[in-house]
Amino acid sequence: MKRSGMFWIFITPVLLWLVLLIFLPHLDLLLLSFRGDASWTLDNYRNFFTEPIYWLTFVRTALYSIITTLLTLILALPVALYVTKIAKPGLRGFLMVLLMLPFWVSELVRIYGWMILLRESGVLNYFLQSLGLTNQPVEMLYNDATMIMGLVYTSMLFMVIPLVSVMDSLDNSLIEAACDLGASKICIWRTIIIPHCKPGIVSGSIVVFMLVLGNYLTPNLMGGKNSLWFTEQIYNQFIASFNWNQGAAFGFLLLVLSSAIIWLGLKLTGQRLGELSS
Amino acid sequence: MEADLIVTCLNKEFGSFRAVEEVSFSVAKGEFFSILGPSGCGKTTLLRMIAGFEEPSSGDLLIGGRSMRGITPDKRPVNLVFQHLALFPMMNVAENIAFGLKRRRVAAAEIRRRTDEVLERVELPGFGDKRIHQLSGGQKQRVAIARCLVLDPSVLLLDEPLGALDLKLRQQMKVELKKLQAKVGTTFIYITHDQSEALVMSDRVAVMNRGRFEQIGSPQQLYNDPTTPFVAGFVGDSNLWTGVVVEKDGEAVKVLTDEGFVFHCRQRGGSGRSRVTLFLRPEAMIIEPIDRAGLNIFQVTVKSILFDGANSRLLTATAAGHELLVALPQNRAFDHIAPATEITLGWHPKTGIAFELLDQP
Ligand SMILES: Nc1ncnc2c1ncn2[C@@H]1O[C@H](COP(=O)(O)OP(=O)(O)OP(=O)(O)O)[C@@H](O)[C@H]1O
Ligand SMILES: [Mg+2]
Repeated sequence: MKRSGMFWIFITPVLLWLVLLIFLPHLDLLLLSFRGDASWTLDNYRNFFTEPIYWLTFVRTALYSIITTLLTLILALPVALYVTKIAKPGLRGFLMVLLMLPFWVSELVRIYGWMILLRESGVLNYFLQSLGLTNQPVEMLYNDATMIMGLVYTSMLFMVIPLVSVMDSLDNSLIEAACDLGASKICIWRTIIIPHCKPGIVSGSIVVFMLVLGNYLTPNLMGGKNSLWFTEQIYNQFIASFNWNQGAAFGFLLLVLSSAIIWLGLKLTGQRLGELSS
Repeated sequence: MEADLIVTCLNKEFGSFRAVEEVSFSVAKGEFFSILGPSGCGKTTLLRMIAGFEEPSSGDLLIGGRSMRGITPDKRPVNLVFQHLALFPMMNVAENIAFGLKRRRVAAAEIRRRTDEVLERVELPGFGDKRIHQLSGGQKQRVAIARCLVLDPSVLLLDEPLGALDLKLRQQMKVELKKLQAKVGTTFIYITHDQSEALVMSDRVAVMNRGRFEQIGSPQQLYNDPTTPFVAGFVGDSNLWTGVVVEKDGEAVKVLTDEGFVFHCRQRGGSGRSRVTLFLRPEAMIIEPIDRAGLNIFQVTVKSILFDGANSRLLTATAAGHELLVALPQNRAFDHIAPATEITLGWHPKTGIAFELLDQP
């Protein structure tokens, strides 16, 4: 009796949080997405498929999110290996602080930092011109490559931290044993390090993918006019067009999309969500 | 005999600390060679230099007549069995064993054949599909050895491979490892700080102390004819006396111990300085000898009986209170000995060895 009382005391805030802040708003949005001007309708979802700009942006967003996640992973793996296995123990804490330092300022400030560096009258162009490498300033902002770079930069930490913690648990002698048995560097990565780090890779990738897919600021500021991101479409519907029904439908499509891609990714790598915590 | 491994004047420095100092030895093909030494004396460092994971500061290393300087571990014809085995947990037993063969691009059918064959040899047939965590300690041990043996290395290096096992299993694996080596005929270099492992298994043993080799020899030589006081003290148990040499005739010396006994014994090297430490094995002392001619004879009092089956001992003390361990044969001839009885001990001059006393212990 007493134990079940304690159970309810602890579970109630969690339930309240889930119901009030997650479940109810989503239910409301779900209802909104099926509402037309006066009646129930599927028009909001139909619009998405008939209007190419919508679903093209959608596909683009998904594709770029996957690319960004992969790029972040490829960059984060050697960084994590360096921090855990190569750097001296004393240097390690310092390196972790360096990695976290950019996250002490807000995302907005970070993006403006990049803009100061990259814009036509920016620092980089100044140096290029004073070194005589170009005569005219080069426009480096407002294209897809810059946007992806910005997204990778923003996501880096969320990939490195889970990777550092799994690589920490990798016994150095496994790497040496593989080398002793004749494995090359690439082969050691493929057969020992990556299989060992799989749980960290999967959880890091899920977090980064979700963050990138739902990011609004970076694509908006660094991507410019031609680099539409799906979150901008949702924003436009809610704020610019004041079409809450359409915006709610888009929001749900994004939710379904991200869940589907993560499910597919887990299937392809043979992982299960429950195993990630272990 | 053809030498498989020749090491000459090998040195390794970590900063100003010398972990391995002027080590030279050679190991013949098919030999079981052990390196025995206390913890931290540089054994692992030496082995890692042979395997290629540490670069020697100076000296040379030849395997099969080829110098190994500048050759990376993956290209050396040696394999290392790690202290904690380092089996790959993400692979099953067969994949672990096939790992090295795959790197050499051996055909799949050939890999299967050789994996099965080596599992047969280490007496684990049919274990190929097991995961590593399903194996017992002794089985893991044999998989780690099989993983190296399947590559036919000219030299197999083993770094305290029995260290993680419990005592009982260690005794058992000791015998099995010796049998396995005799069967496969591979040269083994075996590192241990456990003297009984080294003495039981090896053809030859090197005793290492503070980065240096003190003595290289057969287990019998090390036990019966140690050349340095460290070896005499480290290999097997000894009773010690300090004293002065009063007479010297070649190796045979007469020593006056500090408590007043006069003993005949052998002296190893040295002359001039006459202060010595005398080492005597517990089993060299004969209890109540019948024929006393030529023996060193003295009286002691029994303090207690340390019964341990075949390894039983008497803890005795001389009149001056010097404690001595004496082997007590379990042949029922000494059943009358009880604590506080006085007994006569005798030992042959050949069995005691005196070393000149070092300035620093
Ligand atoms: N990378 C290193 N840097 C500095 N000193 C080291 C390094 N590796 C080993 N040492 C030192 O060298 C000495 C010998 O170490 P080593 O690991 O060879 O000992 P060991 O004989 O294998 O001991 P154990 O039986 O405990 O394994 C030790 O004093 C150790 O502190
Ligand atoms: Mg060691």
